[in-house]
Amino acid sequence: MSDYVKLILLGLVTLLAAIAANYGRDAAYTVNMAIVMLCGAGLFIFYLRRTGEPRPAIDETAYQDGVIRAGVIATVFWGIVGFLVGVTIAAQLAWPALNFSDAAQGYLNFGKLRPLHTSAVIFAFGGNALIATSFYVVQRTCAARLWGGNAAWFVFWGYQLFIVLAATGYILGATQSKEYAEPEWYVDWWLTLVWVVYLVVYLGTILRRREPHIYVANWFYLSFIVTIALLHVINNLSVPVSLFGAKSVQVFAGVQDAMTQWWYGHNAVGFFLTAGFLGMMYYFIPKQAERPVYSYKLSIIHFWALIFLYIWAGPHHLHYTALPDWASTLGMVFSIMLWMPSWGGMINGLMTLSGAWDKLRTDPVLRMMVVAVGFYGMATFEGPMMSIKAVNSLSHYTDWTIGHVHSGALGWNGMITFGALYYLVPRLWGRAGLYSAQLVSWHFWLATIGLVLYASSMWVSGIMEGLMWREVDDQGFLVNAFADTVQAKYAMNVVRFLGGAAYLAGGVIMAWNLWATVTRQDRARPAAVTVPAE
Amino acid sequence: MDTYGLMRQFADSWALLGLCLIFLGVLVWVWRPGARKAHDAAAASIFRNETRPAGAGRDVRERG
Repeated sequence: MSDYVKLILLGLVTLLAAIAANYGRDAAYTVNMAIVMLCGAGLFIFYLRRTGEPRPAIDETAYQDGVIRAGVIATVFWGIVGFLVGVTIAAQLAWPALNFSDAAQGYLNFGKLRPLHTSAVIFAFGGNALIATSFYVVQRTCAARLWGGNAAWFVFWGYQLFIVLAATGYILGATQSKEYAEPEWYVDWWLTLVWVVYLVVYLGTILRRREPHIYVANWFYLSFIVTIALLHVINNLSVPVSLFGAKSVQVFAGVQDAMTQWWYGHNAVGFFLTAGFLGMMYYFIPKQAERPVYSYKLSIIHFWALIFLYIWAGPHHLHYTALPDWASTLGMVFSIMLWMPSWGGMINGLMTLSGAWDKLRTDPVLRMMVVAVGFYGMATFEGPMMSIKAVNSLSHYTDWTIGHVHSGALGWNGMITFGALYYLVPRLWGRAGLYSAQLVSWHFWLATIGLVLYASSMWVSGIMEGLMWREVDDQGFLVNAFADTVQAKYAMNVVRFLGGAAYLAGGVIMAWNLWATVTRQDRARPAAVTVPAE
Repeated sequence: MDTYGLMRQFADSWALLGLCLIFLGVLVWVWRPGARKAHDAAAASIFRNETRPAGAGRDVRERG
């Protein structure tokens, strides 16, 4: 019966998408709807062939790891794509001829590729990493199989469709012009649906847990899922101009819109890139170090302090704008207060190794995780400092901001994800260990050195830009034109490109190492794990 | 008073007080007597049930 309902629904989706593509008012909408139509038709055929066939029974005594394996593959794939686009746009900044504006008719310009890069690394790479690891962690810490059967697969594939729709939309010109919230209205609606299912699967699993306590990593993951749902819905309140076009109009306007955007934008950093990844930290570092977390009390305080403080920090993105002074002061004060719980969390992660520091010499995966926590600490010190108005008046709009973001993203998010991937792949595919620890070391050093090159060149470039922009002569005239600063930072742009290239090379080595881990090694043990000795 | 004024006044009085008290309450709760045992048990929970859900005939605290 449910097969027929599925077929009817998929047939309707395919038909409606075909009609919408036909009436599409712009290229982005038409192409996106054609993609939806193809997905719907493909799924229709897939389910048609299975209709009436006996379905394999769900084994409730095993974890649902298939969707996590898919998530790991997607994470690696989108990671490489995102890094590659990043290196490309870094090269475009150093050598503008690489925009190929004439040959590509502007479709490969920096302005088009930049949101492609940010969305690919944050939402495609980071998002897939979060979904995959959260499904892994919630099952292990609840001692229960994922709730909802194939709903987890809907979350996975629905999220990939979101990524593809967003990416093709950017290139063809569909954007809300909201940073990190570029996708247009119909893509937003689709993500909302996927996200609600994600929340239900996650909550359902927690509700059927066999452990009395909900482990702290789940708190972080859950706060990430709930808060992102809230932020996403409110920041994307918009009215489509036409049901057959990509363009929509925001409900908020002016400074309210700006404030809503950065309330969203900063909490995307706070709950997507921080809380979610802290969930990873609180599971994978203790597991890799084979010691429980340093202080469970501290982890609870870390959690609640982050929750109470982060949501107020957004206005520091709007210093010296039309935003009321009290609002930006509030944002600044809360940003500075955030330093404390952040460092509490960092200390908790680092001190988990107390008594096991020697493992850093022999275990490159643990080394990667620890460096990630170190960069978490560094970025969460730099951020509050930059939110101070006096500092911000120098740093804002300069490359310093870019450097700060990347030491957080490449250092903290990237490294902890790499560590989690190295932890997960042997376990998910039933291999005894990684193919090569030496390649992990290569990855580690390439990523670290690349990151240091990136961050330091952006500090120099950013402070130089800030100083050049504010320089006035004895008559009170500005000394430098904007183009002068662009010319002056050529060398730093080249160094940034080299740093990004090193980071990408490390990512490629990881992809090869993980591939070889699965294909070049035999299974360590049968998939069905033996019953432990009673 | 207009809606904004009402909400603003509520936000910087009772809501602020309430949220601060909840936060302080969390801190007190974390340091409640006897919490250490529960926290140690929770911190160790990640070392169980590694490969299979807990269930039929398997103790939840059994190492997987």
